Amino acid sequence: MDNLGTFLSVLSQGLPFTIIATVAGILLTIVLSFVAGLALMSSSKTVRVISRIYVEGLRGTSEVVQLFWIFFALPVLVGFQIVPIWAGILVLGLNHGAYGAEIVRGAVQSVPRAQVEGAIALSMTPAQRMRRVILPQAVVEMLPSFNNLFIQLLKSTALLSFVSINEITRQAQQVLVPRFNPQAFQIFLLLLVMYLIMSLVITAIMRTLERVAAARVGRKPSARSRSQATGAGIA
Amino acid sequence: MPSVEKSGADPMIAFDGVEKRFGDNVVLSELSFTVAPGEHVCLIGPSGSGKTTILRLLMTLEKCDAGTITVGGTSLSHMEKNGKLVPADEKHVRDVRKRIGMVFQQFNLFPNMTVRGNLVEAPTRVLGLSKDEADARAKELLDLVGLGDRIDSHPTQLSGGQQQRVAIARALAMRPDVLLLDEVTSALDPELVAGVLKLLSDIGSSTDITFLCVTHEMGFARDFSDRVMMFDGGRVIEDAAPEKLFTAPEHERTQAFLHAVVDR
Ligand SMILES: Nc1ncnc2c1ncn2[C@@H]1O[C@H](COP(=O)(O)OP(=O)(O)OP(=O)(O)O)[C@@H](O)[C@H]1O
Ligand SMILES: [Mg+2]
Repeated sequence: MDNLGTFLSVLSQGLPFTIIATVAGILLTIVLSFVAGLALMSSSKTVRVISRIYVEGLRGTSEVVQLFWIFFALPVLVGFQIVPIWAGILVLGLNHGAYGAEIVRGAVQSVPRAQVEGAIALSMTPAQRMRRVILPQAVVEMLPSFNNLFIQLLKSTALLSFVSINEITRQAQQVLVPRFNPQAFQIFLLLLVMYLIMSLVITAIMRTLERVAAARVGRKPSARSRSQATGAGIA
Repeated sequence: MPSVEKSGADPMIAFDGVEKRFGDNVVLSELSFTVAPGEHVCLIGPSGSGKTTILRLLMTLEKCDAGTITVGGTSLSHMEKNGKLVPADEKHVRDVRKRIGMVFQQFNLFPNMTVRGNLVEAPTRVLGLSKDEADARAKELLDLVGLGDRIDSHPTQLSGGQQQRVAIARALAMRPDVLLLDEVTSALDPELVAGVLKLLSDIGSSTDITFLCVTHEMGFARDFSDRVMMFDGGRVIEDAAPEKLFTAPEHERTQAFLHAVVDR
């Protein structure tokens, strides 16, 4: 690997884009997951239907097509061009938020009914019940699934190369491979390792959060949470 | 035991022609009874006869299908608006609820809060007490239930009996007029039962709270209550002072039931 230094430096130039897209995508995913997930359980039918359309619509279509829509088709319709990285973050967030909504809904519904009744018996309002009693317990259940989702999101950032963002996959494909074609194997191996390291960082953070959250509800992380977290794949 | 003037005063709890169905299963039908302020009433009866359902209706965890339930003269299901009776809104229901506390068989403590958190949460957020006031109240109540030193523990670090004491303290922290107890000792190890029942007796004799308890502890029912209601098939089949009901029950079903629980 005589060109290792070159490979590393070229790939590293893509890292900021990959990391920014991942972090911003995760933040947007969290917001959308909670908004849509709670909306899925709303007492208003209209709200439920709207969030259901969002969830099914985004889960059921390809991310690449969504990206093309936002980046190429939308400007024609609304008349202005979105900055590529924003378009990418938007698609990552919208798409993974749709999966996250189901995670939030499932976790909230897994909190025993007895907890809600305990809160009702104390005359807490529906908002207080959700915020103070149900969500803090539900979050513990959500974290392992969110860990998987965030790793998937990280891997999906490669799709930003379609809108000419020089994230690491594009750096490898467009810059390195044409110049060092015989060493494509090493280049992609390096790329693989970079994704792996980033996904391990995500897992480490999420596992820490899981431990903290589990301790706050007075229990050890469940067996389920442990097996799910280690089941997460790489690029 | 506090002496209770049953006639005259408005009832604290009143069921009037209450019906409750779950699908085709009619659990309560034409149920009417009253409980006077400060009175201690125990509900006994076979499993599935609808005792828990009565408490859940009072706590507004269930809605009745017919009839009316009032607490302190206020209807749980209706309210007055511009001189007309309309279905109760969320706020009306919450206001009546504030007068009622409930202790559950499985405690239902919040595991995401410490013991202190469990006790101050609703008094601060629902009653609007300051943090200090709520904290002082929490300490006082924990001392009362004998857990003054466990204020910073997590519910999961406590035994069942201790958790149930915390749950009782939590309900009392809301200063309810009515306390509903649903078989509060039946999830406890036998050696812990007596302590919790003793605590309830102490609370019963030192406050003027109205108690409605479902229990399978006949000894407790006898000592604690002013009145015992025997329940079967969705109606009250016998309603008498404990001395009378336990020694000379009139109804055949009551006799059979008491035989069965005593011989258990
Ligand atoms: N949520 C529900 N859905 C359907 N049926 C219900 C529900 N809750 C209670 N029931 C039915 O109502 C009847 C009365 O139940 P309830 O829990 O009030 O009895 P109980 O007298 O408290 O019995 P136990 O002594 O076993 O606690 C039972 O037949 C039960 O199956
Ligand atoms: Mg019951």
